[in-house]
Amino acid sequence: MLIRRPPDIRSSEITAESVYRRRRAVLKALALSPLALAGCGRGAESQAGQAANAGAPLEVARRGAYVVGDPPTDYDAATHYNNYYEFGTAKDDPAKNSGRFRPQPWSVEIAGEAEVTGRFALEDLLRPHPLEERVYRMRCVEAWSMVIPWVGFPLGDLLKRFRPTSKAKYVAFTTVARPDEMPGLAYPVLDWPYREGLRIDEAMHPLTILTVGLFGRTLPNQNGAPLRLVVPWKYGFKGIKSIVRIAFTERQPVTAWNRAAPDEYGFYANVNPAVDHPRWSQATERRITGAGFGLFGNRIATLPFNGYAEQVASLYAGMDLRRYY
Amino acid sequence: MAWSKPPLFALCLLPLALLAWDATRGSLGPDPVAQLEHRSGDWALRLLLATLAVTPLRRLTGVAKLVRYRRMLGLFAFFYVCAHLAIYLLIDLGGYWTQLFDEIAKKPYITAGFAAWLLLIPLAATSTQRMMKRLGRRWQQLHRLVYAVPLLGVLHYAWMVKSGNVIAHRAPLYYGASFAALMLWRVPWARLRGGLRTLRAGTAAATRCPTPAARR
Repeated sequence: MLIRRPPDIRSSEITAESVYRRRRAVLKALALSPLALAGCGRGAESQAGQAANAGAPLEVARRGAYVVGDPPTDYDAATHYNNYYEFGTAKDDPAKNSGRFRPQPWSVEIAGEAEVTGRFALEDLLRPHPLEERVYRMRCVEAWSMVIPWVGFPLGDLLKRFRPTSKAKYVAFTTVARPDEMPGLAYPVLDWPYREGLRIDEAMHPLTILTVGLFGRTLPNQNGAPLRLVVPWKYGFKGIKSIVRIAFTERQPVTAWNRAAPDEYGFYANVNPAVDHPRWSQATERRITGAGFGLFGNRIATLPFNGYAEQVASLYAGMDLRRYY
Repeated sequence: MAWSKPPLFALCLLPLALLAWDATRGSLGPDPVAQLEHRSGDWALRLLLATLAVTPLRRLTGVAKLVRYRRMLGLFAFFYVCAHLAIYLLIDLGGYWTQLFDEIAKKPYITAGFAAWLLLIPLAATSTQRMMKRLGRRWQQLHRLVYAVPLLGVLHYAWMVKSGNVIAHRAPLYYGASFAALMLWRVPWARLRGGLRTLRAGTAAATRCPTPAARR
């Protein structure tokens, strides 16, 4: 496998020392993560799996720029109520079954319509990007939602480094598929590997982020370690996890859920209370706050574009959102 | 036999007691409302199937007295369906409870579930000894409605599961298979075979003596 060096560094990419130091902290946190120990016997695995849930602390350069009025979902709920079918289809399966998964070392292949392509080590991809915390609403297509403080950086900042050409109309993402570490891959629930995609303007939008952590700590395996996408105005399944490939394409890429049930899961999948899922209403959602919270009063109205209409509605001006759901 | 009714009564209440216990302790996980819905719905289906299993079990074991438990099981099935609906309406939808009407009209899985509940109401209302006597033969005809209820329940479950998810479809599939088995057992095979024989004999006779029209 050819490991290519990142593109020549432009002056705009030269990292300030303060950021560089933070990068060291990120790498140290990743390296010290007990995940690195996974895979040494059953006991060690489950221990590592449990310890991995704790996540290693990350140094965050900026906080408070993106906040949500509602209180965040608690850490335990956000890390033990997950849809990550590669680890099983029950909500608690990913936390239970992801102990064997090794998010390190990691590399991502950049392909398609860009001047710079190749395979890059995760550290090299992350290097120039200061990490920031953004608290986003997360709305699942299943009509539940959470509020999660992500740690990451704008996807667009990363994509620009590869200098996409004028042919790059879409960005396609692929999740890793390791049958030995991901027991859910044994079942043909989806056409593996998991794939997702965005239109290039959606990918470049400042709200769209790549994340390496949540709650100030590295992503646990069940949340998509080591690198996942977060697009807060779209249904959660668009937020592809454990990304190994990013490709710039001219045509709209095939996406996993759209392929499995095209009448239920559109390519756009923008949160839209006015367009129901064929089998359930999307008008309201059940906010998951976490243990210790009451049973009552968790249902809230779903907002157009998940509350981010002001920032993103213009991307879809003139489009029939009933047709392009 | 009478002594065994109170323990069965207590046993049928146990799932609800455990659910309430878990809810008050906050041990239903990150999405307690979904847990309440799933567990009450599961028990409603199980008790419906248990009710339908009484007659086959009676015939197979020869213990005719088992029929005494049927009403209690059926009423508990109705009880769990009511609890399931109440949880959905009061706890899950809560302030948005009017969404129910929209859902009944638009969403097949809600339509099926709601229809199952509606069908059970006249059955529960006519479950007393007095109503049985009053309705006579019609009581049995009315109570044949019960066969539609688990079918609607299974559809309610199957249609709710995300499509493509083969694993999540297993549970409704198991319930559906159990229901199918209980229904197949009820098919009067012997009578059908007898009927078929008569039918065949009839056709044979018909060929032997052609109709006047054919003769012409």
